[in-house]
Amino acid sequence: MWDQLADLYATYQSTIAFIGINSLLALSVYTTLSCGQLALGNAGFSAIGAYAAALLTMQAHWPFPLAILAAVAVPAVVAVPLGLPVLRIRGIFLAIATIGFGEVVRLGLVNWDYVNGAQGIVAIPQKTELWMIYLAVAAALFVLARLRGSKWGFALEAIREDEPAARTMGIATTRYKLAMLVLGAALAGLAGGFEAHFTFMVAPNGFGFGRVVDMLVYAVVGGSQIYWGPVVGAAFLTLLPEILREVAPLVGIEPGPLRLLVNGLVLLAVILFLPNGMVSLPRRIAEWRAARVAARSAA
Amino acid sequence: MGQQVVNGLFLGSIYALFALGYTLVFGVLDILNLAHAAVFMLASFVALTLVGRFHLHILLAMPLAVLFAGFLGLLLERVAFRPLRARADSNISGLISSLAMATVFEAVALEVWGPNISRFPFGTVPETQLDLLGAVVSRLQLTIVAVAVLLFLVLTWLVKATRLGREVRAVAESPRAARILGVDVNRAIAAAFFISSALGGAAGVLFGLAFNSISPDMGRSVELKGLAVIILGGMGSMPGAVLAGFALGLTEVFVTAYLGASWRDAVSFTGLFLILVLRPRGLFGAAALREA
Repeated sequence: MWDQLADLYATYQSTIAFIGINSLLALSVYTTLSCGQLALGNAGFSAIGAYAAALLTMQAHWPFPLAILAAVAVPAVVAVPLGLPVLRIRGIFLAIATIGFGEVVRLGLVNWDYVNGAQGIVAIPQKTELWMIYLAVAAALFVLARLRGSKWGFALEAIREDEPAARTMGIATTRYKLAMLVLGAALAGLAGGFEAHFTFMVAPNGFGFGRVVDMLVYAVVGGSQIYWGPVVGAAFLTLLPEILREVAPLVGIEPGPLRLLVNGLVLLAVILFLPNGMVSLPRRIAEWRAARVAARSAA
Repeated sequence: MGQQVVNGLFLGSIYALFALGYTLVFGVLDILNLAHAAVFMLASFVALTLVGRFHLHILLAMPLAVLFAGFLGLLLERVAFRPLRARADSNISGLISSLAMATVFEAVALEVWGPNISRFPFGTVPETQLDLLGAVVSRLQLTIVAVAVLLFLVLTWLVKATRLGREVRAVAESPRAARILGVDVNRAIAAAFFISSALGGAAGVLFGLAFNSISPDMGRSVELKGLAVIILGGMGSMPGAVLAGFALGLTEVFVTAYLGASWRDAVSFTGLFLILVLRPRGLFGAAALREA
């Protein structure tokens, strides 16, 4: 029994690690979504964290825990001067401006010879342990859980529902939005630092627009109304390719296209039928059932 | 110098066409259709298949591919946008559902045509070169610029002078008021999607012909550059999109020539970012009032 579990663990170690890393990334998008802001610069923040940590352990020989702290701190510091002008913009425009920021970070790294440009940094020592990733996920969930029902949590909800009204009520909207952007940047940087010291390498093209789309999809598919929704989404969508690899030969579609197709269809189904994500599925089923019972008793 | 200008105008005309469709949907619905680049890509593949497998002439294959793209637009509107229209956060959920459709389209292309770069058969377009004020121009390049300008003029006429155009503009102003005045709102929005996607498809076919390289991920870079173009031109402004498209094409060619190819994209995204922070309405857009 234990041997089998050990085997299973050895086979899926990387998948388990990525569930945690992707959860952190999904939570980093959730932080800004929780006050109604669609900010998509998180691939850039993640890249900054990954590069900062990798350079510190490899060039400056910092101990790993300190390098990870830097992976949290550097993107968080960058987020402040970014957020002050950018958070004045709302809705789609904020999304576009932050996508622009992410691309500028990526292209800056491509053109930075010290970090090998497009090839990226290789041979990073593997220092990330699974327990570190999951400790970080638990800590992030704890903080976000404590926000709910607090003065902060209510302020964020007010901003999400109606920003001008929240401002009229005396809520310092910019300060709250900035704080959530900084928190998101810190989480994304943390994930980047872990990832760099797990996969041995970082390259700019791992932090492109596609990556931030993935993060958004985790958060939306899981559910962006409650703090643990993004983790559910990240876990489901990180496991999905493993399952599809087994299924692909049965349906006669190559695994690559099949994964894209299922990802797209899952996202579409969620946004159309479960706007609050997979975590709202039990309640939706109960509602449907109640409606059927009501219809039957009426007839 | 003259050669750079010619190359820039040629590249710019493709960006302009792509961005015209992008900005049309944004102007009407305030929604970013992130599947626009996937339509661009699929139209290019369809033209390729019509020419390569069914041996149609490109002058016949292109309109068919553009029509196909238009129908993809209708499909997008029906599946990804119409069901969400009543929701309060429809501009963010619409962005996400269009992303889902883009993923599905890309999966289809990957399964049908494979991940590798496909090319038009040799001789699809005549390779004649002309001399224009000291710059070498191929007939294809001239045709592409001409088609782009022609489509822009047709679109402007359509939006400004026809009944359909008036209906689309009325819906852009206020869907509710338009409905009260007897406009079929769903039909007007569907028409906007058809036109928008057809323009995106035309840009895709021209892009495929111009660079003779078609792959399932060819839309990705154009998608983000298209964003830069519509922001620069002012969201929803059609002349703005065209001018900004040409401006981006010229800038890219000159940056490539004087700073190197790796800086080309950095310049466009830095520009995009600065414009959004300093002058969010873009160069030609009108200031938005309360956006709620």
